[in-house]
Parts: sequence; structure tokens; C-alpha cells
Amino acid sequence: MKPPVRIIARLDIKGSNVVKGVHLEGLRIVGKPGELARRYYEEGIDEIIYMDIVASLYGRNNILTVVEEAARDVFVPLTVGGGIRSLDDIVAALRSGADKVAINTAAIARPSFLKEAAETLGSQCIVLSVEAKRRAPGKWEALTDNGRETTGVDVLDWVVEAERLGAGEVLITSVDQEGTKAGFDAELIDAVHGRVRVPVIACGGAGTPGHVSALVETGTIDAVACASMFHYGTCPVPTLKNHLVQHGIAVRT
Amino acid sequence: MITVVDYGRGNLFSTGQALRHLGAPYEITNDAGAVERAERIVLPGVGAFGDCMDGLRTRDLVEPLKRAAARGVPILGICVGAQVMLEAGEEFGRHDGLGLVAGTVRRLPEGNGSPDSIRIPNVGWRALQARGGFFEGAPESAMVYFVHSYAPFVARDEDVAATIAVNGMDVPVAFRRGNVVGFQFHPEKSGPVGLGLIERFVHFAP
Repeated sequence: MKPPVRIIARLDIKGSNVVKGVHLEGLRIVGKPGELARRYYEEGIDEIIYMDIVASLYGRNNILTVVEEAARDVFVPLTVGGGIRSLDDIVAALRSGADKVAINTAAIARPSFLKEAAETLGSQCIVLSVEAKRRAPGKWEALTDNGRETTGVDVLDWVVEAERLGAGEVLITSVDQEGTKAGFDAELIDAVHGRVRVPVIACGGAGTPGHVSALVETGTIDAVACASMFHYGTCPVPTLKNHLVQHGIAVRT
Repeated sequence: MITVVDYGRGNLFSTGQALRHLGAPYEITNDAGAVERAERIVLPGVGAFGDCMDGLRTRDLVEPLKRAAARGVPILGICVGAQVMLEAGEEFGRHDGLGLVAGTVRRLPEGNGSPDSIRIPNVGWRALQARGGFFEGAPESAMVYFVHSYAPFVARDEDVAATIAVNGMDVPVAFRRGNVVGFQFHPEKSGPVGLGLIERFVHFAP
């Protein structure tokens, strides 16, 4: 039997707020990190990703304070991304109650950082975060700094390299679909999933429960991360899980 | 009082918060003397087997933990904390463990790429197949959270407390031998079900 698909809530954090935009731009405040995390936990979310979109790891209202608050009452896995640049950053995140860190910009700047991180702290806590922008049919470029910077790096080559260096999971975000609520870039997700052997988290574009079931039914995807659906209340966690069960998809209940 | 052993390799914050949530008094310590005096011990652990054993050794915690186990103190190992309770581990070469329970920590079987196969690391929520004993009366097929590439293959079948199916193999993911209990999954990250299992250990009287 197929293992249950993980349903993850992605909370993009700016300062002390959860924000949401379109294509990682045009941000609006949708709530408070602690309150949303507790609500999603009580509703049965399987995991939570906190993404600090201004990467202010050590600024005021920093992301680790947010994680620590969540870890007091939220007993599901927490992943933290945004501004993770050193082994000390990872250790600080784990000590604040995070289980995993998501790394994008620092890994592209210095791929050996992934290797050092995996060898020191274990692949299980190293998630490669990829922001993919479609450039041609079947071709995507990896962006950094929350979609602000181009790199010239090919996504499909990069995920293979990152897995070899020790990434234990891949979070793949379609910048083209992100915030549009128009559905996943299934071609991108399938292509990444086919290139690596570690679990893949699909992100970017989930607007309806049908988008999620369509992706899970056609592929063999391990996990999906949703934001708008949960934040705007158009499809709360239990509604999504019920929908998936009705489509014969195993979920954690 | 529950003694949570801090040897620099554990998810101490979350383990502590779970105990606080349950109203169970606890201390987080790296002091060998505290382990010698402990009434009940939680041994968390994250990372690689050999590295975790190094963490215990450099803090002189190996012998105090062995003595605590020998005098019947209930001990719960979590994730790599459970793995190091076995005799040896095969991650990044062969390493000696605490040897509280007979068995070896080995890599999970790889899948064959079919839709039903599980990718390694095995990340996510899986249904426990409990075998009574420690799990007596627990919710059937309860799902708990895993993130691991290795598992505690205990030598004696009677020590296996729960398994999960991974790529066609029933893999031991919880064990109990007398006062020694180990969970490969993360009960502190497994929602109400996980908190219930930690509570079981809080009241566990072997």
C-alpha cells in the first residue's frame, strides 16, 4: 500500500507576521505565526514549514523566536528556511525546536555547505529548497533570495548534485505557480521526483483540493505544501484530507 | 522526575515541551551524577549513530546509562537515542552501542521505484503494527512520524514492540526489553498519538 501523503502548511514569515504573495511578490499579511500553527496543528496538519522570506535570522522578531513559540504547543515536525548560511545557524534552528532546515541561497553559493551540514547533523534534517522558474519546455532555472535573484543554475542538474552532497529531502517551489491558486507545475514536480531518490515536497499553486488530488493521483509524490488554501480558509486541513480520502489517497487521520 | 539526557545530539527542546505539556516534571542534564541518581530517563538523539555514541562518551555518560538500565530504571530512547541502546550500528562504518538490548542498527531496505515503494530516508507518518506489550490498549494502526534511514533490528523477536512495513519488509521500530524501551519514530512530533505514547512511558512500571 502507498504510504500516506504528507500535508504540509507553509508559512512565509516577514517580521512577526505570516504573509502571502503571488509569484513570491506583492505580500499581504494573513495572520500570526503562532496562532496559525496552532490552528493547523489542531486541524490535523502533518508538518509545518516556516520560511523567513527576508532571511533575517538574527534580526528583531527573528524566525527562531517564532519557531520556539510554535514548538511549545505544536507537536508535529517543523522545518525552518530562509537565511540558513552556516552550521551554527542550523544548530540554532534545531535547538529552537526545528526538526529540519531548508537551504537554498547558501547551498547554491557554496554547494559543499550541504555536504558539511549532512555529515555533521545528518541528511534527515537537511532539506534542499529550490525556487524554480520555467525558462523553456522542460527547463527550469533555480532562483535564490526568495525568487529575487537569477543564478543560471539548471534545476534538474542541481537537485541531482544536491542529493549527492547529502540533502535528505527536496522542497520544490514553482515560482511561476506560487500564489496563483492555479494548480501545481506537475511537469516540474514529476521531473524533479524522477531525478532524485529522496522524498520530494511539491509547493506552489495549490488553490483547490482538486489540484492536490490530481498531483498525487498522477505521480508518486511524497508530500505537498499548501499556503493560500489554508491561510484564506478556502480549504481547511480537514476538508483537504477528506477530499483526498474520497479519492482513495492515504492520509494521516 | 524524568531525567532527559543532553549529550549535544538531541531534540531536547521538543522533548522537554512534550513532557511539560503532559505535566510531567523533568530536568535536562548532561551530568553523569544526575544519570546515576535518575528515577526515569529519556535519551533523545538526532544525527548519526557513531557521532551520538561519541557525544555520550565525551560526557562520560556510557557507564552511568548502563548502570541505570541494570538497576531497573525505566529508560526511553528516541530515534538515534533508541538506536544506540543496541549492541552496534552500521551507519558510516561499524560502531559499538550501549548494548542494553541485543541487536544491530542497519539500513532500511531500498524500494524498487514502484508507486508503492518508500523512499529512503523514510520521512513521514506511518501506521504502527503494535505487538501488545508496551502498546497494549493503544489506538490500532496509530500513525507516528518517522525520519530515518536506519532502524533498530533487535535480535530477539520477543523484544519487538512494533513494526512498520518498508519496501516489503516488517521493520522493527519500537522495542522493549524489561525496563528498556526504544522508539525509532519521534513521539514528541507525532501529535496527540505521540504524546499519548510518551505519557505511557511516564507511567511505565516494568
